[in-house]
Amino acid sequence: MSDSFDISQIQAIIDTGIPQCGDIGVKVHAMDEKGVTMMLPYDKRFAGDPVRGVLHGGVITTLIDSASGMCIYVKLKKYIPIATLDIRIDYLKPATPGEDLLAHAYCYKMTKQIAFVRSVAYHTDPDDPVANSVSTFMLRSSPTKPLNVASEEIKATS
Amino acid sequence: MSNLSAEEFQAAVLKVKEDRDWSSISTLIPYFQYLGMELEETGEELICRLPRNERFVGNPVLPALHGGIVGAFLESTALVHMLATQDVTRLPKIINITVEYLRSAKLEDSYAAAVITKPGRRVANMRVRAWQSDRNKPIATASANFLVS
Repeated sequence: MSDSFDISQIQAIIDTGIPQCGDIGVKVHAMDEKGVTMMLPYDKRFAGDPVRGVLHGGVITTLIDSASGMCIYVKLKKYIPIATLDIRIDYLKPATPGEDLLAHAYCYKMTKQIAFVRSVAYHTDPDDPVANSVSTFMLRSSPTKPLNVASEEIKATS
Repeated sequence: MSNLSAEEFQAAVLKVKEDRDWSSISTLIPYFQYLGMELEETGEELICRLPRNERFVGNPVLPALHGGIVGAFLESTALVHMLATQDVTRLPKIINITVEYLRSAKLEDSYAAAVITKPGRRVANMRVRAWQSDRNKPIATASANFLVS
């Protein structure tokens, strides 16, 4: 079963279990006790500025939200159903056209029901961020199957 | 579209405003095209529609739209509203956005409308609200600041 937490395992779960992440090509870049880093390959389809090709904030939101949720699974070492309660994103500078974007997310506090997460999006240097975010997630948000089980079922039926 | 010159883009934006042909904004901005966002003006109000799309799913079990897509839709709605209602000729820049998720977004069409809470000279503050089949049951709300000059 896929309760082991290595990058390729998580990547497989994302690819089938989170269609939006699969569609925009989000990859798990790194993972440790300090959280998880996910990567969005540059794609001009996601530009918000047709002149320079700068990424639209919305796709950055998707990357950060995905990394933020994923860091909760990594911290728990378990795929329980979670839902974003709220997310605040500060856009600090335009993403550089043509460059992949990374988002590092870290769950700095977890209670029985709520997880609190910080995340930073950047190209190469986390100290030179493109966006900064804080978010909260509800844990066990629905009485449904965990993501890894769902992902395997989808794989089995497709 | 990504090799549009700044002048061409500005002319296109002005044309959209002149013709009040808001749906053309979607064809100008690549990410709006990805979302397949549609716009309609009903009376005084501009409503954006995000068509049902399985690629937008974040939780296939429920199924529910990805929180990032809902956030992106709210942000996009705010931007379109700014372009449509304010005297701007270039794209306002988003400073920050806070999205509150109120209900799980089902795999169906979503709608959103924005209001400008404070149209400042340099910064505009906006509220956006998204719903699906029942406008009285919002799926998410957002507040956002845009740099306008």
